[in-house]
Amino acid sequence: MVAFFAFIAGLTFGLGLIIAGMANPAKILGFLDIAGKWDPSLALVMVGAIAVGQVAFTLARRRTVSALGLPMQLPAAQTIDLRLIGGSLVFGIGWGLAGFCPGPALVALGAGYAKAFVFVAAMLLGMGAFELIEMRRSEQGKPDTTCA
Amino acid sequence: MSIDWAAFTPWSAATGGAVIGLAAALLVLVNGRVAGISGILGGMLRPRAREFGWRLAFTAGLIVAPIAYALAGSQPPITIDAGYPVLVIAGLLVGLGTRYAGGCTSGHGVCGLSRLSPRSLVATLAFMAAGFATVYVVRHVIGA
Repeated sequence: MVAFFAFIAGLTFGLGLIIAGMANPAKILGFLDIAGKWDPSLALVMVGAIAVGQVAFTLARRRTVSALGLPMQLPAAQTIDLRLIGGSLVFGIGWGLAGFCPGPALVALGAGYAKAFVFVAAMLLGMGAFELIEMRRSEQGKPDTTCA
Repeated sequence: MSIDWAAFTPWSAATGGAVIGLAAALLVLVNGRVAGISGILGGMLRPRAREFGWRLAFTAGLIVAPIAYALAGSQPPITIDAGYPVLVIAGLLVGLGTRYAGGCTSGHGVCGLSRLSPRSLVATLAFMAAGFATVYVVRHVIGA
């Protein structure tokens, strides 16, 4: 059941990205190109998503268990540090170079684009590198601070 | 700045956004988890990967989405202009960056802002700023 609903959520998320036009890197780059001819669409995607999301997370915060009786796991991290800002800047550079962030890249992969496959493979390699670096660090006693 | 009215799709953007919000709502209210795609992917690459099943199922849903969409009608429009070397560099940066940041456009941008998290607001402002700056350099400094 847990995997089934996760699948439905992933499918719905992917369909939302496609409907919004956000599975298309050309459209993402149109948003990021504020100095050129600017396509503000992504801002409205955020508005639509947050409008619905805010209701859901307000409800979620009041509960300790999910509808399936699983613990409600909301991120507890509050710290605003170099990892957060530096990581986000590095992510943003990659996002601006290709017009892909993780979700749309997976959708484009499913649509059969070889270029999306290459991007996803490199992205997983980057994520794997993070795990290796963190493993080295944790051997030196650094706490694990990653979350969803 | 001039708005590209021909490319601007406010209604489909807002509608698609609401569907994305619905997906995040489903995952948190039914499964108790945040729909942060980089975290869901990264969690499968941990040395001792926990809860592999639902992560894989969510990822499979995303990958199957364009196939389901195509069954209902037309192919989703996807144009990837970046060449292979750029895609490799971009992919590495996105993979590393999102894991250090603890989230991406979905985890920080959609879910974090929905939770009114200051941490996610800072992350979103940072990756947006870097995205704007990168496209500016690529299109108007190098490509000018």
